[in-house]
Amino acid sequence: MPDVNSNLSQVAPLGAEELEPKIVAFFCTWCTYMAADLAGTSRMKYAPNARVIRVMCSGRIDPQFVLAAFANGADGVLIGGCHPGDCHYQEGNYNCLRRARLLKRVLEEVGIEADRFRLEWISAAEGDRVRVVINDMVEKLKALGPLRMKRETMLRGLHPQEHPVQEVCV
Amino acid sequence: MADVTTAEQAWNQSARKAGEQYLRRRITIDPVTRLEGHGKIEVFLDDAGEVDRAYFQVPELRGFEKFVQGRPVEEMPQITSRICGVCPTAHHMAATKALDAVYHVEPPEAARKIRELVYCTFMVEDHALHFYYLGCPDFILGPDAAPAQRNILGVIEAIGIENAKKVISMRRRLRELIALVGGKPVHPVFGLPGGIAKRFTPEMQKQFQDVAEDAVAFAGFTLQLFHDSVLDKREYLDLITSGDYTHRTYYMGLVDDENHVNFYNGSIRVVTPEGVEWRKFPAADYADVIAEHVEPWSYAKFCYLKSLGWNGFTDGKDTSVYSVAPLARLNAADGMATLLAENEYRRFFETLGGKPVHHTLANHWARLVELLYAAEHMRELAQDDQLLAPEYRVLPTATPTEGVGVVEAPRGTLIHHYQTDERGIVQRANLIVATQNNAARIAMSVDKAAKGLIHGNNVPEAVLNRIEMAFRAYDPCNACATHAFPGGTGLVVSVHDGEGNVIAELRRGPDGQVTKD
Amino acid sequence: MTQTKPKIAFYWCASCGGCEEAVVDLAEEILDVVAAVDIVFWPVALDFKRRDVEQMADGSILATFLNGAIRTSEQEEMANLLRRKSKLLVAFGSCSHLGGIPGLANLFTRESILETVYFETPTTQNPNRVLPGTQSGNGNGELTLPSFSSRVRALDQVVEVDYYVPGCPPLPKIITRAVATLLGGHLPDKGSVLTPEEALCTECPRKDSKPEKIALKSFKRPQEILIDETQCLLAQGLLCMGPATRAGCEAPCIQGNMPCTGCCGAPGRVRDQGAKALSAIASLVDSRDEQEIDAVLASIPDPVGTFYRYSLPGSLLAH
Repeated sequence: MPDVNSNLSQVAPLGAEELEPKIVAFFCTWCTYMAADLAGTSRMKYAPNARVIRVMCSGRIDPQFVLAAFANGADGVLIGGCHPGDCHYQEGNYNCLRRARLLKRVLEEVGIEADRFRLEWISAAEGDRVRVVINDMVEKLKALGPLRMKRETMLRGLHPQEHPVQEVCV
Repeated sequence: MADVTTAEQAWNQSARKAGEQYLRRRITIDPVTRLEGHGKIEVFLDDAGEVDRAYFQVPELRGFEKFVQGRPVEEMPQITSRICGVCPTAHHMAATKALDAVYHVEPPEAARKIRELVYCTFMVEDHALHFYYLGCPDFILGPDAAPAQRNILGVIEAIGIENAKKVISMRRRLRELIALVGGKPVHPVFGLPGGIAKRFTPEMQKQFQDVAEDAVAFAGFTLQLFHDSVLDKREYLDLITSGDYTHRTYYMGLVDDENHVNFYNGSIRVVTPEGVEWRKFPAADYADVIAEHVEPWSYAKFCYLKSLGWNGFTDGKDTSVYSVAPLARLNAADGMATLLAENEYRRFFETLGGKPVHHTLANHWARLVELLYAAEHMRELAQDDQLLAPEYRVLPTATPTEGVGVVEAPRGTLIHHYQTDERGIVQRANLIVATQNNAARIAMSVDKAAKGLIHGNNVPEAVLNRIEMAFRAYDPCNACATHAFPGGTGLVVSVHDGEGNVIAELRRGPDGQVTKD
Repeated sequence: MTQTKPKIAFYWCASCGGCEEAVVDLAEEILDVVAAVDIVFWPVALDFKRRDVEQMADGSILATFLNGAIRTSEQEEMANLLRRKSKLLVAFGSCSHLGGIPGLANLFTRESILETVYFETPTTQNPNRVLPGTQSGNGNGELTLPSFSSRVRALDQVVEVDYYVPGCPPLPKIITRAVATLLGGHLPDKGSVLTPEEALCTECPRKDSKPEKIALKSFKRPQEILIDETQCLLAQGLLCMGPATRAGCEAPCIQGNMPCTGCCGAPGRVRDQGAKALSAIASLVDSRDEQEIDAVLASIPDPVGTFYRYSLPGSLLAH
């Protein structure tokens, strides 16, 4: 029976690239994605760590997406949606809020720190807010360190590659 | 040159010692069969080929006492039932009673009776299962019968297909009753603090009454079968009363106010090896009486009587070992609460020479006495119209804290103890699970049987089975004992020589064929 | 020309024995099964040995039904062996399908489990802190116990699985249907779960009482209310996992007047049952205000244990 804890020592030390936190950002098309566009066309400079995925509405976000992002190597997940009351589909962002609050509890219980999962209301006009939020999140994630290392300690040495994530869902 | 001589002497001496060590032989039985759970037996022989010591090891663990921490306490009946899929109702019931205690709530009369009715139904089913599928092949067909025959299929042949269908059908009907109240027979859902989950209807009562009537007849039929094929045969009576299968320990079981056996409720009573009452106490005080001992060679812990201290795997005068399950329950009680069972109880002790009976194999007979009681009691309870009373649950109002629940599982006294926070989230749990209470005695039984039956390197296959009969009588549930994963495969006995080479190998399936290499 | 009967096998790993009981619960029907197939390996009942399996040609067993999770090296070996020898390997029951209730042990380290069981329970008397170990000497000779891995795993985390028969344990009607499907001519897509894809709500006896929209100001634990025997349990505020659980069992727990706990796993095309259950339950909260939402969600005492009751080992959380 292999000593599973020895897996830890077999993991190569992380290079510079790996130490940069990876953020997966789900932005709703009507508000936050527009804001990100605005930040871009305004030539705002901010940390490049976020990989943006555009969704029609923050209410579209299935908690499975968030978990899959973490499972696939994200150190942080950001959701951006319309301000309460402004949702293009009326209720969507409220559903997102409800799910996010419960998901946060679950994530914390399994050792994924609160700062790794973040929900922000960012309107189409708030390009600068995109910059501020992402910069702030990168800072916090750097302080927390890469999630993969934490997960390995947490999961008692079982190497993540052993169990590749299968396709998520429709 | 003196140095060389000394070195040479030292070398030779060591070599000789090592050779002596190597000559000690060892027999492994892995895994054991026709029981619930995983187990293996290791037998060490001395130079003369006599058994030095035999160990009954339980090789697995799941850790229920740990992972229930953080769970809402009302989930415990359904979580703990997954300790064992053969006796889930026992865990479910012990957990439910513990919930009553945790929430400081008394269930209404109807709920208590419904629970007890379901519980008796379960005891009939489970005892019958053990007898026909696991235990009785050794007797109906004989311990030396061909292994291929010595299983449920052989039993069906021996008793005939019509009777076999009766057994299957009875079992099915009993399990359907449990599903009526609890949703499904494996891992039922009825238990809640203060009562049960749903109302009991007149239609349900009628079904229970019909089956109960047949259950009493079925119990009688089973006892008759046992009398005809076992008790009327001198060689079996001798086998049962032989010294190889006898231990003098304390005995524990639940009794009611009249000191009659009761599976659902009562006080825990312990009697000495001489049959004298030693303690009688409520379940809540169990931790003052019972302690658990750990050995490095088994994942199951060994229960013993705390105030006497752990005195090792001994019986007789200085023992602190006790036993549970049918034989122990009959020893610890003064009688049975129903008529036919009481008659059989008296016959039992008369035949076997008075109370207490120390013969482990007598468990098989004691189990059938209990089967009869369970069926009769089921019939009594099913007549009671209070089952239909409108109040079947009270909602708890007190803050949950801590509680202990006890039942007699088919395989022995079962204790669930939970501590919660003020929201009812489990903080700590302690489970004393039936077979654990027997673990020390089982270990001793295997050891003694091995010593009595193995002489020298020649280990015929029939011997394997007779050693296994020593534990099988307890109807052990090793899944329960370690809150572990059971699971068994075939059985292998390997005899190794000094260098560890296998010099003989006997292979056998759970009820089956033995081949020798 | 005589037709040889297809060969099938049953085996159990880390299980409670309930799945074996489920097969025995086929009762009289099992005689029909036995007539149609040759059972070549079933340790609990028949006398074939591991060596017999090893000697079989690869792929000569049509289907092996394997229940129980994987926790020891021996179980892993048997899983691999039976995978080689079988055309089809079927994960039978929640533990092999998803990890099962014992999968909750993955919330704790192996060491903490051992400490609690062997040092900390109130009746354990172990002043020398003895731990069961893989090897122990005792003066007579060496005794061994299998080691077990640091976490519980579902079967498909160890070998490739062809089909899944869900349930804790699978109900007799599910078993007979599954066996019939596999013996029939048309095999479903590999990796299928052999029960309908829809959520349990579609076959629940109370589905007509389920309102169009459920909006809750609080969730209830079963002991807090007298549970109505006809109304949708979710609508009563109970944490019923029906919406996030696969159909096929015909809702026996609901008929027992208790909510579904999710043993049949997720409905079709869902990767992580717990996440979907979380999503469904959260969207019922009747509030738009973050603080009020939190207060309502606080009435769910144990989200991880409730949503991932059976599915923690294979979940996305575990990756």
